Amino acid sequence: MAKLTIDDLKKIKEKTAKETSLRDGPASIKITVHMGTCGIAAGARDVMSALMEEMAEADRQDIRVVASGCMGMCSSEPNVTIEAQDGEPIVYQLMDSNKMRQVFKRHVLLGEVQTDFALAKM
Amino acid sequence: MRELSLHILDVAENGITAGGNCIWIEVDEGRKTDQLKIVIRDNGRGMPVEKLENIDDPFITTRTTRRVGLGLSLLAAAAGRCEGTMHVDSKPGKGTEITATFRFNHIDRAPLGDMAATITTLIMGNPGIDFVYSHRIDGNAYRLDTREIRSEMEDLSLSDPVVIHHLTETIRSALEALSSNESEF
Repeated sequence: MAKLTIDDLKKIKEKTAKETSLRDGPASIKITVHMGTCGIAAGARDVMSALMEEMAEADRQDIRVVASGCMGMCSSEPNVTIEAQDGEPIVYQLMDSNKMRQVFKRHVLLGEVQTDFALAKM
Repeated sequence: MRELSLHILDVAENGITAGGNCIWIEVDEGRKTDQLKIVIRDNGRGMPVEKLENIDDPFITTRTTRRVGLGLSLLAAAAGRCEGTMHVDSKPGKGTEITATFRFNHIDRAPLGDMAATITTLIMGNPGIDFVYSHRIDGNAYRLDTREIRSEMEDLSLSDPVVIHHLTETIRSALEALSSNESEF
């Protein structure tokens, strides 16, 4: 039966060993991708995939990503909420992978809220 | 939903919402027997009997935030239109098992889609939840168990973006190998 081999794991581990000790520290930014039926049907998985790639590239230890359910605003899905430690939570609407990359690069990494894509601040 | 893997993502997320800490996902492609079976099982709190009776009615939902639930209704419709069925087996306190079957070559069957993205999206978005994913194509099988990976990785976090990236690639190439009938992988 095919499965992930121990060798595969070791390779992954070697590649990431240097940075993981830091990842247990406190999170300063939380990114929530809303993944109800509505979000998924509207493309939330593509948004999440883009976010995963950006995260791997950015190599920041203090960013947490979580999936959550529907917020009740299905018509504006995919929604993404960014909660920075020292700012108000911002809900972004009608996201796609490109918008996610822009929000990640500008808002998450540089702190510039992308008001064009924002639905609300909470 | 354009892909069956999105239905799987949706139903698995429901299992997590139901308080499960381990989700089993099984995809069985019988390309020669013209059968496709998808099973998603969780160890969450389960559903009461009265909800189960009308499970594919969108106005029956266990959610409390609003009165409409579409997830299982959509899956039941997707299975029904390709000569398949959806069956829900749930025991309060034990968990829920959803089984959907399809005729593999039915013209209306949605493609399975990107299973690797579905699995890693689940792992990334739900740290602390375990996933057991098995995928069978005719005689060949692939299996991924995050509990095994966790025990091998010791201090390494599964939701680490670099790990996730490698996992996605690993699953993708494993499924390609399954599909091209190389039994070696």
